[in-house]
Amino acid sequence: MTTVDKAVDPGAVTAPDRVADRPLRRELGVANVFSHGFLLLWAALTVLPLVWMVLSSLKTNSEILADPWGLPGALHVDNWARAWTKAHIGQYFFNSAVVVAGSLTLTMLFGATAAYVFARYEFRGRQVVYYLFVGGMMFPVFLALVPLFFVVRSAGLFGTWTGLILVYSAYSLPFTVFFLTAFFRTLSTSVAEAALIDGCGHFRLFFRVMLPMARPGLISVGIFNFLSHWNQFLLPQVLMQGDESKWVLAQGLNALAVNQGYAGDYAQLFAGLTIAVLPVLVVYVSFQRQIQAGLTAGQLK
Amino acid sequence: MRHGKYPLIISFLVPPLVLYGVFVLSPYLQAFQISTTDWLGYSAQADPVGLANFRTLLHDGYVWNALTNNAVLLALVPVITIALGLFFATMLTMGGRKGSAGVSGVRGTAVYRLVYFFPQVLSVVIIALLWKEIYHPNSGLLNGALRAIGLPAPTWLGDPRTAFWCVLAVMVWSNVGFYVVLFGAAMQAIPRDIYEAVMLDGASRAVMLRRITIPLLWDTVQVAWIYLAIAALDGFILVQLMTTGGPNFSSDVIGLRMYDTAFGSETKFGYASAIGVVMFFLTLSVAVLALRAARRDRIEYS
Repeated sequence: MTTVDKAVDPGAVTAPDRVADRPLRRELGVANVFSHGFLLLWAALTVLPLVWMVLSSLKTNSEILADPWGLPGALHVDNWARAWTKAHIGQYFFNSAVVVAGSLTLTMLFGATAAYVFARYEFRGRQVVYYLFVGGMMFPVFLALVPLFFVVRSAGLFGTWTGLILVYSAYSLPFTVFFLTAFFRTLSTSVAEAALIDGCGHFRLFFRVMLPMARPGLISVGIFNFLSHWNQFLLPQVLMQGDESKWVLAQGLNALAVNQGYAGDYAQLFAGLTIAVLPVLVVYVSFQRQIQAGLTAGQLK
Repeated sequence: MRHGKYPLIISFLVPPLVLYGVFVLSPYLQAFQISTTDWLGYSAQADPVGLANFRTLLHDGYVWNALTNNAVLLALVPVITIALGLFFATMLTMGGRKGSAGVSGVRGTAVYRLVYFFPQVLSVVIIALLWKEIYHPNSGLLNGALRAIGLPAPTWLGDPRTAFWCVLAVMVWSNVGFYVVLFGAAMQAIPRDIYEAVMLDGASRAVMLRRITIPLLWDTVQVAWIYLAIAALDGFILVQLMTTGGPNFSSDVIGLRMYDTAFGSETKFGYASAIGVVMFFLTLSVAVLALRAARRDRIEYS
């Protein structure tokens, strides 16, 4: 706390000065109106596009074209049905869920085991291997795109969900390992030593003792990885070309937008976007605290 | 912890290392090698050409044009986002007037946080597609409002003078909320009595922000800057989906240039990899510069 020491006079806290307090309050009153104005403005800027999207998804195409700010005359839920079946948003949703379920499981399993070894075991070359692993965080994924395309193709995994699962996991590992290694290091060693003395094997120790102790860290990095896998667009666009029935949601929405350009079906596009946003919104509102903590912790480490 | 540890080390470490080696490390290493060839894609023919790709790059107007746009993003997006983030976070954590020294949040802080943060959990694809409709010249939300109050309705993404700035605005819009929450969390860790003390000494809000909050948040601001700078060097998804780099390359970015070179109408893999190598060194130098320039002692509250 070196920076602040000069500015703080400890005596001032214990003996509040009543006279100086009054103009201060007036200043705060003005600031309060002023700050609320800006805060509300930004809140409106954030909410308005989303509300507009939902309302537009319930309008007819002619209503959307005639008056972008108008309310729907009747609730055209058929837009949603059209997006779900004709534009295959339902199918893409399912595909994304399958891919993310696989990739998230793999990332967390491999990330936790590797991080545990880096954090808790001594062996020759540990530092080198660790930095080699974690260094992957620094590289822009664009650099790898061209060779990755051929690596995946020659492994026979081009255009398959397995390919996407393996690639998502591989690219999430550096950060996951980095984050979890730091987390495992903070856990107390005495529990582990006691368990080993009691005859607990190394594997049992990890799955029965260390993994449950690392739960908060696993949840944080899990939320972070879930969102980045669910929202992935670049990797599937390169590695999942062709067969439309296997596309993930982000690709499906993009295709829907491209088709809308030709067919002029705005309502269907808005319905597709709304369908994609709603589950995210529900999960976000229910787990707001964990999600915000998880994502900000991810960025700070 | 020595007895029988090697079976665990090997079985825990080898599978992740293999996965990482095959799909991350080997493509990165190959990319450097491919960048020195004239490989044109699906044929097996690839001759080493040394640094010829990099020489071509130096005189490639499209690449320079894209890099210029990234430079503008790099100069503006972090500054605007961090400024707005600090501003809103200050309002939320100490804009209220409760208590004599007034260092509490405004009413409804939790609701504001909930709303502000939401774009962060949305897919960039959804953000791009939604904003493309908002900017739509006829049926868009923005021009609907402008027409209602009698202002002219520009074509936004269709106009080379405005397209790039529209994308930049969306980039800021989608990031601000995250940094409000990030800075807010860091501000809450600052002990209240510091503010109470300087307020009693007659410090104004602006002085408090400049002399106390920002110095104490410096670590967090630095991290924010690095992440935003790296995001500014990317911008691929927003640009590809909103403008495809147009009109007339006015909103092009280096990521899109690389993607189109590799997977567009002609598959110039060698040249695309050279662009990738340039991106790698740009990202690396931005991160190193940011870390160097902003190096300060970490502050711990006792």
